[in-house]
Amino acid sequence: MTTAPYPQQYTSPIPVRRAHLGDALASEWTKIRSVRSTMWTLGVMILLMVGVGLLSIVAINATDSDLGPESVLSLGFNGVLLGSICVVTLGVLTISSEYGTGMIRTTLTACPSRGRVLAAKAIVFFLLTLVVTAVTAAVVAGMQTAMIDSGSAASAEEWVRATIGAGLFTAVLGLVALAMGALVRHSAGAITIMIGVMLLPLVAGMFMSSLPKVQEFVFQYSIPSLLIAFYSDTGLIEGGPHGWTPLWILSGVAAVALAGAFLATEKRDV
Amino acid sequence: MIEAVGLTKRYGAKTAVYNLSFQVRPGTVTGFLGPNGSGKSTTMRMILGLDRPTSGHVTIGGHPYRQLPNAPRQVGALLDAKAVHGGRSARSHLLSLAQLAGIPARRVDEVLGVVGLQDVARKRSSGFSLGMGQRLGIAAALLGDPQVLLFDEPVNGLDPEGILWVRNLMKALAAEGRTVFVSSHLMSEMALTAEHLIVIGRGQLMADMSVKDFISANSADFARVRTPQTEPAQREKLMGVLAEAGGQVMSEPDGALRVAGLPLPRISDLAHDADVRLWELSPHQASLEEAYMRLTQGAVDYRSTTDQRAGLMQQPDPMGYAPAQQVVVPEVPQQGWYAPPPPGQNPYAGAPQPGAQPQPPQQQQRPYQAPPAAAPPAPAAPPAPAAAPADLSKSEDAR
Repeated sequence: MTTAPYPQQYTSPIPVRRAHLGDALASEWTKIRSVRSTMWTLGVMILLMVGVGLLSIVAINATDSDLGPESVLSLGFNGVLLGSICVVTLGVLTISSEYGTGMIRTTLTACPSRGRVLAAKAIVFFLLTLVVTAVTAAVVAGMQTAMIDSGSAASAEEWVRATIGAGLFTAVLGLVALAMGALVRHSAGAITIMIGVMLLPLVAGMFMSSLPKVQEFVFQYSIPSLLIAFYSDTGLIEGGPHGWTPLWILSGVAAVALAGAFLATEKRDV
Repeated sequence: MIEAVGLTKRYGAKTAVYNLSFQVRPGTVTGFLGPNGSGKSTTMRMILGLDRPTSGHVTIGGHPYRQLPNAPRQVGALLDAKAVHGGRSARSHLLSLAQLAGIPARRVDEVLGVVGLQDVARKRSSGFSLGMGQRLGIAAALLGDPQVLLFDEPVNGLDPEGILWVRNLMKALAAEGRTVFVSSHLMSEMALTAEHLIVIGRGQLMADMSVKDFISANSADFARVRTPQTEPAQREKLMGVLAEAGGQVMSEPDGALRVAGLPLPRISDLAHDADVRLWELSPHQASLEEAYMRLTQGAVDYRSTTDQRAGLMQQPDPMGYAPAQQVVVPEVPQQGWYAPPPPGQNPYAGAPQPGAQPQPPQQQQRPYQAPPAAAPPAPAAPPAPAAAPADLSKSEDAR
């Protein structure tokens, strides 16, 4: 301390260095791998993706179905959609469990820069879920390709979209959940909101035959519709976003949500 | 060095802390005292930049906490022993904090040794007892080897050995030239640990002085007088004489008398003149606990009342009671024990003479309303707590 007016003030023998984002990343990595909820949510996600993948293999081979022009990779959609619920749960828990336990006060005392803490959480969580989802999707797709003869051969781009693309989409969806967790600060509440946002519009859309415009919009832009675009050129219905557009749309949503979370975290009392 | 200037925090209509100004200096343990809900924790959170003051500011070494360079290396805090993720092991918890603050990982094992948690370092902290949680919290506070330390109720849940350890730890930390700021609602604990006291009640500063000054300013001396137990008449006689001479006499539960306002030689003379033998005449000084309770008695938010079971009890037979004879001092000193009001007016004095006028219990002078303050003529007037604004209270969950 340079401003010390008291000569007898204590100075620590441990060398002082300024902490930076890298330190926060290491800290968040320690946190995320030292709680069971991470193992549970990601473990259940892997089980769901692999399980649904194997079921689809059995179903296709048993019924001798023909996939027609679609490639085998399109079967991966169901597993990823189910797995994304686990990712959303983990995303919320990454931040809301700190509020729930009071750990956030300890964390923010150790690092008063709240933006740095939130950024580190987002980065660590994003990379972890991206890797786990993409690798699991690749393994499932490999199994399906090896064990199903039907359907057209998948191109390299289709492989990228079904693995890295799906992984990116899921991880960005997880970031939205993390931002929601930071805004709501309550695990059960934020998880419920996120699952509602993911699935309710599509379900509600099915009963909207009197409002065809709204129904069409919902079918084109609900989260499952955006995800299915990574597996089929047409999407759920014709005219929806295709190519990499769904990822950019969701990234925009995540950016807005994270910006809100940063502002709220910075302003609010802990 | 912690410096608060005009610190105020409102939660909606509730004012948790009002216009609080104080300094905490290095080299001593400073105790932060107040009843439950008086704003201690809120003040601590504002010092650490977790809560934003409504007005005023608080700095550590001249900087607000959130602008402090290398904050975790300068300030360590134990706010709440339960503020950990229970699913994480003690070591992982401390490691994540050390990494966040850029502290070498070997320091984690050092502090685990300091607080004696080495053997359970790999156990999940949800299984920890409150005492172990406190130790983990203290370890987190010590992690950065900081020069300013804040502890919120550090001895809660600790066993006697742990309390002694915390007490010595605080003193040792202060002796190294650190600023140590410890909150507690236990005056007796602070009397043994702290050198300086900051007392708040309902969010306002009530005292900021050394422990020594605090005792002499707030304590009242009294004499304990005991007459032969076999002769109650002598006791009655002495009480009358002493009261006549201007002393304030109260009866203790074991039959002794507490006399304030008369010097010991005068009591002896009066007894001699009245021809009363004394078995005991001893000087006493009120403890720090009593001084503290006197100071904060007007500022307690959550005061318990006697469980009257009104309407549930059988109407007592008025003849079954002997008329109450004198005020009996309760074991725990409460409202102005050294200045007893006439019997029957002091709501805390027990037995409101049911023999005189039999009344249904719920109409007796036991207060549901505010107790009539037994205006104590304090010998050395303490800094009287300013009349608190009407909205000055705080709910327990306000944060």
